[in-house]
Amino acid sequence: MAQQLVNGLMLGSIYVLVAVSLTLSIGILNFLNFSIPGMFMLGGVLSWLFIQAGFAWPLAVVAALILVCISALVVERFTYRWMKGSDPEVPLVSSLGFLILFENLMIVAVGSDQQAFPQVLGDFNLRIAGLVIGGPQLISLGLSLVLVAMIAWLLRSTQYGRRVRAIAENPDTATILGVNLSVIVPTVFIASGLLAAIAGVLFAFNYLQVSPFMGEEVGLKGISAMIVGGMGNVWGAVVGGLLIGLTEVFSIYFLGSDFVDITVYGLLLILLIVRPQGLFGKAEQREKL
Amino acid sequence: MSGYVEGILVLLAINVILAYAAALPLAGGQLNLGIAGFMAIGAYTSAYLSNEFALSLWLTIASGSLVAGLVALAIGLPILRAHGIYLALATFSLGEIIKAIFLNMDVVGGASGYAVLAYLESTAVWSIAAGVFLVMVFISQTRFFLYLTAIKNDATVTDLFGVNTKGIQLASFVLGACVAGIAGGVFAHLFSFVDAQYFSAQLNIFIALFVLLGGVQTILGPMFGALFFTLLPEILRFSNEWRFAVFAAVIILFMALRPEGVITSQLLRSIWRRRSVA
Repeated sequence: MAQQLVNGLMLGSIYVLVAVSLTLSIGILNFLNFSIPGMFMLGGVLSWLFIQAGFAWPLAVVAALILVCISALVVERFTYRWMKGSDPEVPLVSSLGFLILFENLMIVAVGSDQQAFPQVLGDFNLRIAGLVIGGPQLISLGLSLVLVAMIAWLLRSTQYGRRVRAIAENPDTATILGVNLSVIVPTVFIASGLLAAIAGVLFAFNYLQVSPFMGEEVGLKGISAMIVGGMGNVWGAVVGGLLIGLTEVFSIYFLGSDFVDITVYGLLLILLIVRPQGLFGKAEQREKL
Repeated sequence: MSGYVEGILVLLAINVILAYAAALPLAGGQLNLGIAGFMAIGAYTSAYLSNEFALSLWLTIASGSLVAGLVALAIGLPILRAHGIYLALATFSLGEIIKAIFLNMDVVGGASGYAVLAYLESTAVWSIAAGVFLVMVFISQTRFFLYLTAIKNDATVTDLFGVNTKGIQLASFVLGACVAGIAGGVFAHLFSFVDAQYFSAQLNIFIALFVLLGGVQTILGPMFGALFFTLLPEILRFSNEWRFAVFAAVIILFMALRPEGVITSQLLRSIWRRRSVA
C-alpha cells in the first residue's frame, strides 16, 4: 500500500514536468501547445540516438536538449508568430502538425519499434522500512520539484519574470510598456520545451525504454494534470501531476489495468463538472479556445 | 473501380460524416474532442441491434444515432458548464471513458472486438454520406446556424440579443453526437466488425483537425478537411516512410497560409464573383 504511494508519486513526477511545461505555455501565451508531447519524446529518443552514436550519456543528454531548444524555436516561428489576429484554434492545429512531424521524423530515424534505453544511473535502490524506492526515480522526483521551484521563483521574483507576467496579462500593453515580445516569447517556448524534454530523459532513465510514440500517453496525462491544477497555475500543475500519477497507480492496484482509463478520465470529468475551472483555477479566466 | 480505390472512398465517406459531427458544435465555438466516443456508441448500438434482433440496417443505424444523441443530451447538461479548453478536455475524457467501458463490456465482445453479421454496400455508405451532407447544407441555411456563428463570434452579445445561447449550444452538441452515431453505425456494418480500440484519442484529434484545417465558416470546409486528411496520405504513398512527415509539414504550411481554414467564405465569394464576371 505504502509502496503504491511511492510508485504513484514517482510516476506523477514525470507528469508534473509535462504539466508545468504545458501550463507555462497556456498561462503566459494563452496557447495550448500540442508540440510539447513531441518535445518529451525528442528528449528521450534523441538521447538514445546520441548514446547509440557513442556519446557519453551526459553529453548525449546535453546534445539532445540543444536540439530540442532549436526545435522549440522552429515551433515558435511557425505557430505563435503566425497566430496573431487569427482564430485561437489555428496555433493548436499547427502545433499538432509539429507533433506528427516530430514523431514521423523519429520513425524515419529509429523505426517505430520500442528501443531499450541503457541503464546509465546504475541500479541502486533505497530500502526504508520495507519500502523499495528506486534511486533514479528518487532523483527524478527531486529534480522535478527543484526545477518547478526554480520556475516559480523566476516568475515571481525576477525582472524577467515580471516581463513574462506582463505578457500573460496583456501582450499589447506589455509591448507599449517596453517589453520586447520577440525576445521574451521564444525564451518561454525554450523553457517549456526544455522542461518537457527533461521529463522525457528522466522517463527514459527510469523506465529504460524509448519510442517515437512515448509522448502521446504522457502528453494526455500531462494535459489532464494541467487542467486538474487549473491552467496557468504552476503549483496547481504539480498537485495535478502527482494526483494523476497516484490515481493511475492505485486504480491498477485495486481494480486492475483494464480500469485505469475509466478512473483517471472519470475523475477528470467529474472534477470538470463540479469545478469547471480546475481545482486551483480562478473562476473567471482568460482562455484561448 | 479497384478494391483499393473503393476502400479509400468508403473511408472518405465515413470521415466526411465525422467531420460534420465535429463541425456543428465547432461552428458555435465548442471544440468537441469526444466525437469518436459517440461514434462508438452508434457503432455498438446498431451492431447489437442488428445481431440480436435482425432489424433492418436503416433502423439499427437510426437507433444507434438516437442513442448517441440521448447520451449527449444527458451528459451535455452538466458538461456544457465548462468552456473553451476545459470543455474540450471534458469531452475528450468522455470519449476515453466510453471507449474504456466498451473495452470492458463482455456482451459486445470486450477487448476481442464484436463481429457484425449484417453488411452494408459501398453505394449505401456513399448515399448516407451524401444525405448527411445535404442535411448540413440545409442546416447551414437556417437561423439556427446563424445563431451558432453569432455565439462563436461573441456569446455575451448574442445572449443580450435574446438568443438562448445555452439551448443552441446544447442542441448543436446533441446533433453532432447524432451524426457521429450515424458514422458509427455505418462503420460497424461496413467492416462487419467493431473494435473499441479504433475509437482512440488519435481519431478524436484527427476529426477535430478535419474541421479546423478545412474551416468552419462555410459548409464546404469540413468536406475539404476530410478529403485532405483521407486522400493526401494515399497520394504521398510513393514517398514511403517520409509520407507522414511530409503530410505534417503540409498541415503546418496550410495553417500558416490559411489561418481561418482553407475554405473561407471570402474565398467562395471571390470565386463566385470571378465566375459571374466571366
